[in-house]
Amino acid sequence: MAPIQPSREELDRRKASHVVGINAETVTNVSSTDFPGHWPGEDNSWSLEEFRNTLKVDMHHSTRTESSFSLIGIDASVANAFRRIMIAEIPSVAIEDVFIHNNTSIIQDEVLCQRLGLVPFQGGKQGIREFLKWHKKANPEVGQPEGESDKFDYNTIILSLKIECTRNKEAEKGESDPLKAYHNAHVYAKDIQFKPFGRQEQYFSGDDAIRPTNPDILIAKLRPGQCIDIDMHAFKGVGSDHAKFSPVATASYRLLPTITITKPILGKDAEKFQRCFPHGVIKLDKVSKKEAMKKGSGYEGHEGQNKAVVLDAMKDTVSRECLRHPEFEGKVKLGRIRDHFIFSVESVGQWESEDLFLESVKVLKTKCEALKKNLSTIDR
Amino acid sequence: MPPKSKPAEAKAAAPSEDVSMTDAPEADSPPLILDEHNPAIMAFGQQRIRTVEEQDADLLIQLPGSHEFAASFEFTKEDHTLGNALRYIIMKNPDVEFCGYSIPHPSEELMNIRIQTYKSRGVEGTGANWFAEGTPTEALEKGLNDLIDLCDVVTEKFQGAQEEYGTKMKA
Repeated sequence: MAPIQPSREELDRRKASHVVGINAETVTNVSSTDFPGHWPGEDNSWSLEEFRNTLKVDMHHSTRTESSFSLIGIDASVANAFRRIMIAEIPSVAIEDVFIHNNTSIIQDEVLCQRLGLVPFQGGKQGIREFLKWHKKANPEVGQPEGESDKFDYNTIILSLKIECTRNKEAEKGESDPLKAYHNAHVYAKDIQFKPFGRQEQYFSGDDAIRPTNPDILIAKLRPGQCIDIDMHAFKGVGSDHAKFSPVATASYRLLPTITITKPILGKDAEKFQRCFPHGVIKLDKVSKKEAMKKGSGYEGHEGQNKAVVLDAMKDTVSRECLRHPEFEGKVKLGRIRDHFIFSVESVGQWESEDLFLESVKVLKTKCEALKKNLSTIDR
Repeated sequence: MPPKSKPAEAKAAAPSEDVSMTDAPEADSPPLILDEHNPAIMAFGQQRIRTVEEQDADLLIQLPGSHEFAASFEFTKEDHTLGNALRYIIMKNPDVEFCGYSIPHPSEELMNIRIQTYKSRGVEGTGANWFAEGTPTEALEKGLNDLIDLCDVVTEKFQGAQEEYGTKMKA
């Protein structure tokens, strides 16, 4: 059987199918169709070469804690896997065990512990990623054997918080601001002390010391006579176990919006059209003499008037406001590109935001490698 | 209770710890292989895939529709993250007629993948053994291999974009 040669229009239609259509109330063309056997005359089977040629990565901006980039030419299932891994499967260090020696503040022990667990920490990259290993909790039914410890320098970070609130003798009489009237009226994350032991000094000293990424997180408030005396153990963990271990504040993606103006939008309408979008999405140009001369362009006799032109569709939030007004009906088409993912990754501080993405790719790869090994030893 | 660990004790507990601490591990070698409690590393030592088909064969109950061209695989400790990505890449295999995944219950850490391959594949003219190519197990293995290749390309391209961005920022 000779391969079916799709017609030109058919190919154009398929090409357009990578745009998800957005109407006032509905969406169209939602699922990807790039599978073998879906379109007559198209192969669509997996090809690494083709993937290498079509995949494009664009970095939009990048700082230590925040980055935004585009992955173009990847399927939603894979992009979503990376996003999910960043949130739930990349390890980071957080406080897990809290030993309260004394807590006379008004904040209850269990609430205080919960708050401490959520404080994000940072420290030497090599130390946290390579030296520090996972801690395995003893089976709660059996318990830890007497006199033995499963906590070592390579799997436990010891932190302590010892603070007492006292009156400030130098404060003015009748001072009503507790921060001036007392010492340590507020307990901040920066009051948590890191206690290195064993080989930890080697990895976590100076700038590499374990410390809270945000020193000004308020943990508790005290009044004279109250004190907190706590030892804490921080371990490595993953976000699927507890959100405190998640290394990202947000890791999300959106699809690149498209705005197609199919018929000219002119004059006052153009200004209104511009106001339907966030700043910088639509610009106003003047209709040129040439355009006005062209028959059937829709610009005839409108020379010098404003016309709406798409400037930067990426800034659009796809609010669909323009679809609510009858004057734009049939003049604009909204859509989103199905394989253009604009990622936004915000790190909590322990990882660099760009490294988070690279690590998520590594985690997926390791997962596949482990399962491949599993597959060869499957019970038969 | 603070730990009683001393440096010496810690060293004794982890004798092979400091093998390659000074030199950065190579990208290709499995990372942190000594990190026995790391869930990612634990996966290498545990059996996390079962074919439901095989399990039923043991009980002498054959799942209806389960034969050389169709099988279900049960993955332990996996979810939509791998399930959907693997489903996509397996569906990209032209030998595969159907591939789908499901998570039977949200509170069980189990994910099932069902793969059906075309059985008429290779029959025409050649007289080739028609179940020799494209069994579900092979399709799954190819899927995992393709996903690994995909990850390598993504890493490569991302690092390229990082470099490009770096030079753009400097200029």
